Amino acid sequence: MAIRSFFIPFLLFVLCFCSSLSPVLSLYEDQVGLMDWHQQYIGKVKQAVFSTQKTGRRRVIVSTEENVIASLDLRHGEIFWRHLLGSNDVINGIDIGLGKYVITLSSGGSILRSWNLPDGQMVWESFLQGPKHSKSLLLVPTNLKIEKDNVIVVFSNGRLHAVSCIDGEVLWKKDFEAESFEAQQVIQPSGSDLIYVVGFSASSQFKMYQINARNGELLKHESATFSSGFLREVSLVSSEMVVALDSTGSILLAISFQNGEISFQETPISNLVEDSSGPAVIIPLSVPGIFVIKTNSVTIFIKVIGKGKFEVVEKTNHETAVSNALPISEGQQAFALVQHAGSEIHLAVKLAHDWDDNLLKESIKMDQQRGIPHKVFINNYIRTDRSHGFRLLIVMEDHSLLLLQQGAVVWSREDGLASIIDVTASELPLERDGVSVAKVEHNLFEWLKGHMLKLKGTLMLASPKDVAAIQSMRIKSSEKSKMTRDHNGFRKLLIVLTRAGKLFALHTGDGRVVWSHLLHKSEACQSPIGLNLYQWQVPHHHALDENPSVLVISRCGPSSDAPGVLSFVDTYTGKELNSLSLIHAVVQVIPLPYTDSTEQRLHLLVDSDKHAHLYPKTSEALSIFKHEFSNIYWYSVEDHNGIIKGHALKCMCIGEVVDEFCFDTRDLWSVVFPSESEKIIATVPRKLNEVVHTQAKVIADQDVMYKYISRNILFVATVAPKCSGGIGSVTPEESWLVAYLIDTVTGRILHRVTHHGARGPVHAVFSENWVVYHYFNLRAHRYEMSVIEIYDQSRADNKDVWKLVFGKHNLTSPISLFSRPEVITKSQSYFFTHSVKAIAVTSTAKGITSEQLLIGTIGDQVLALDKRFLDPRRSVNPTQAEKEEGIIPLTDSLPIIPQSYITHALRVEGLRGIITVPAKLESTTLVFAHGVDLFFTQLAPSRTYDSLTEDFSYALLLITIVALVAAIIVTWRLSERKELQDKWR
Amino acid sequence: MASIARLLLLVLLSTALTVSSGSGYGYTINGRVKIPQGLGTAGLVLPGKMSNIKVILNGGQIVSYLRPDGYFSFQNIPAGTHLIEVAAIGYFFSPVRVDVSARNPGKVQAALTENRRGLSELVLEPLRDEKYYEIREPFSIMNVVKSPMGLMVGFMLVVVFLMPKLVENMDPEEMRRAQEEMRNQGVPSLASLLPGGGRN
Repeated sequence: MAIRSFFIPFLLFVLCFCSSLSPVLSLYEDQVGLMDWHQQYIGKVKQAVFSTQKTGRRRVIVSTEENVIASLDLRHGEIFWRHLLGSNDVINGIDIGLGKYVITLSSGGSILRSWNLPDGQMVWESFLQGPKHSKSLLLVPTNLKIEKDNVIVVFSNGRLHAVSCIDGEVLWKKDFEAESFEAQQVIQPSGSDLIYVVGFSASSQFKMYQINARNGELLKHESATFSSGFLREVSLVSSEMVVALDSTGSILLAISFQNGEISFQETPISNLVEDSSGPAVIIPLSVPGIFVIKTNSVTIFIKVIGKGKFEVVEKTNHETAVSNALPISEGQQAFALVQHAGSEIHLAVKLAHDWDDNLLKESIKMDQQRGIPHKVFINNYIRTDRSHGFRLLIVMEDHSLLLLQQGAVVWSREDGLASIIDVTASELPLERDGVSVAKVEHNLFEWLKGHMLKLKGTLMLASPKDVAAIQSMRIKSSEKSKMTRDHNGFRKLLIVLTRAGKLFALHTGDGRVVWSHLLHKSEACQSPIGLNLYQWQVPHHHALDENPSVLVISRCGPSSDAPGVLSFVDTYTGKELNSLSLIHAVVQVIPLPYTDSTEQRLHLLVDSDKHAHLYPKTSEALSIFKHEFSNIYWYSVEDHNGIIKGHALKCMCIGEVVDEFCFDTRDLWSVVFPSESEKIIATVPRKLNEVVHTQAKVIADQDVMYKYISRNILFVATVAPKCSGGIGSVTPEESWLVAYLIDTVTGRILHRVTHHGARGPVHAVFSENWVVYHYFNLRAHRYEMSVIEIYDQSRADNKDVWKLVFGKHNLTSPISLFSRPEVITKSQSYFFTHSVKAIAVTSTAKGITSEQLLIGTIGDQVLALDKRFLDPRRSVNPTQAEKEEGIIPLTDSLPIIPQSYITHALRVEGLRGIITVPAKLESTTLVFAHGVDLFFTQLAPSRTYDSLTEDFSYALLLITIVALVAAIIVTWRLSERKELQDKWR
Repeated sequence: MASIARLLLLVLLSTALTVSSGSGYGYTINGRVKIPQGLGTAGLVLPGKMSNIKVILNGGQIVSYLRPDGYFSFQNIPAGTHLIEVAAIGYFFSPVRVDVSARNPGKVQAALTENRRGLSELVLEPLRDEKYYEIREPFSIMNVVKSPMGLMVGFMLVVVFLMPKLVENMDPEEMRRAQEEMRNQGVPSLASLLPGGGRN
């Protein structure tokens, strides 16, 4: 022990010394991919357009729910290019114009952009404005030309625009006078110069406008009234007829507008389907002659025969996805149907006018974890024997994207990973005897070649090709992707929960998916929405034979008081161990710091009626819980009315059913912010599993400061309510930001500071005894980062040696939050250049290593910034003692050193969160950044002082030893000879 | 590269206009991003593709991309002071504050926030290029000598070749005395020098 206590300060000293020499930790270019991996995704596909020209590569252009437009290689599914549009700029439609431009309509139909198909360069951008908000419709006719200019027809904001495909100029626009006109379809019959706009006005009027496509002149305007009104969706069955439902969803209406005459044909659904029940909905499609309605869970395909006559062609209970029609040859249109049946999916491609004949019928085995097909897109190609082949692009329930061709999955993309909502880490299984395989080099030649390459690399003689070879060799030879636990704790599983309700386990070594699991659907809950992930069981001492497991909290419906669902998933295998459908909602989950004998963590779930429920529901858990009953406190934030409340447990639930795991709660305190001057915009607690090495902080001149370390501090930031708009919407005089540190057990406000002229958004991180927050300073018109450090003053008088000797210190006295803490705070602010999307802090196993802030910037990069730059004790001229302590002279802004971007030349597109996980090796922390992309790397904030670096030269060590031995032998001989000569003398 | 060359050509021809009043809803900010040639091409990092450069208003409120000639525009902007940031891999751009005034539309006030330099027109240029990788130093004999191994070898050489010289120069009388002294004390064992070694 004595050695250790000596050793650690020594180590710290060495470490400080090392890090003060070079605060930057950086990467050589040939080290890329050694420790890190980067994966690019796009999200759930909303719309897909194929581009399969004879020349050039085959691509598919997609728009997704993550607001990405991307061009994918149709052969392998790789991304050619990709753009993430802003969050307020939601994509409404995409298409391809002139075969070389990708046209996107976004922002509620007010921005039309054109992108170069091969490289994704934006060609033009056009802003379309109109009198009111409306549905946005994009139509790119292939053969409509105005003076040699191809035309894009856009209906948006209540106005019809014709836009040139070449330069985005608006050729003409046409307003629709009717106040409440809602366009449903824009139709351009091929070969004519007419545009039809059909839609509803008021609730019971159907309107049709016929417009000259050349100049926007209104040729005809008809309207007809149907007394019982319409449901909003329509299905286009031919260029002169749409099908709609009446407002009760029980009568089908064929609306034809041939030659400008509107006529209705009513057909009650019950005439077509005997056992129909409940209202129907129309699935919007455009397949000529066929439309699809859905009642309850039955999908019905209906064919239109003649004028307003319907015929049911198929009814199915299976989940079905239908594509739009694809013209394949003269007058023939094909469409695809995908049905889910057990472990298979059935594909069918049919001609629109001939239901009974299948062009293609296949069954493909499908991973159960992908769920049901949601969307299908069809594309064709001509085989060598002149027959038609089909490709189907399928979007599954878990948001994955698959390309099917000739009865097989050509490629698949796990695009669910673009929308991660929660992450936790799990250990890998221990290495058992006999599992390990000794690695043997293939043969001597390979071995020699490898070492020659490495030597070339160190001597700077390597060509770029050689560098690539060295890199791939290094990646291959490293053991980082093994499926067992390693000594340093670098290999782990990252368990991620996606918005689709699917769990993935990613290996930290190479980022591959080890297993995936779609959350179990039960009778009671058809579509659970995943909310959070918690570590349920982390066996390390008592129950080593158990596999670790995670708890997934999901909710059974969109409203916050919908009943919750708990799922327990084994992290080694991905099997769902148990699933509980709760009768109560889950509003708040409190992982308690207690575990039972099988290392299951106790969790308290608070429902919407403020009852607390204990899980697991075992008597052992209950007895542990009863013991700590009076020590459990939590808080809740109601940010809409500006109240923070503290809660504690009261007694067992009083109700008709006796439930001994249910407890009543009581409110202890509440902090009410005045709603006219303050609005909560950020609350950040300390991380639960953070380890703090020491409470004492030795500062210059041998003085000691004691950090105020409490798990129960909450950082709250409020701003003036006026600041809710954009940055330009408020003047510095009417804007302020107030930062609070609140004790969540007693509700005491430990510190309060007001920044005048500052505004949100606030991003903050809380660790040990400090909080760092990022906000916008309107006076300087720059972003700022502030630090608050909080110190315990009651322990400050322990510095007297005599008191320590005579035992009069209070170091061993218990800390209670009920005693009034004597705290002092230190704070300082610095400018920071960029906007910030997320802030995190590195965390290590023992908390000895100095910390770094990880800042996700607006450019989707992650910057590592040493915490010492955000030290409140930085001064303009630090004294010699302070310099030795490592205090950096004061500067007004924080440095941005390009080499300390941990994402180096990569972007984590759409960055949302940064998670740090400590490795077992104290110097190292694992960092996972997620957004639309995923990025993982290892970081050593104070360099790897406890292990040799990757580029440590073993060869040089060997050479030195050999040289030393040789020198010893030589000198020995020399001395022997000399001695002999001496003796002869 | 071609697009950059084209861009440079356009620099000569263009006169960038910045703020103009929009059609009733607010104002329009027009500007351009210009990447001078020479920057970025020298380093190891390939300059970020023109098509991947984003222009961001007010920390993400509106995101815009560049046209091939480097121009961008934001529409429907209310009067006030706004912040424009450029996100481009390989370049460091200072955020720019842009004042859109309601009183005299068309008046431009733009300034880099990093160095408070005013801009007469909204042409954004990178302050510097960013190199994300350390550059390996070329192999040199000095590096080997300076490494711990090199120091070890150096120390050994000093001991082997210089120490005997020192000993030679010593007075033989003194030498004998010292040797005797050492014999009396006994040779300190290595084990007792190490911390903790004394325990066993």
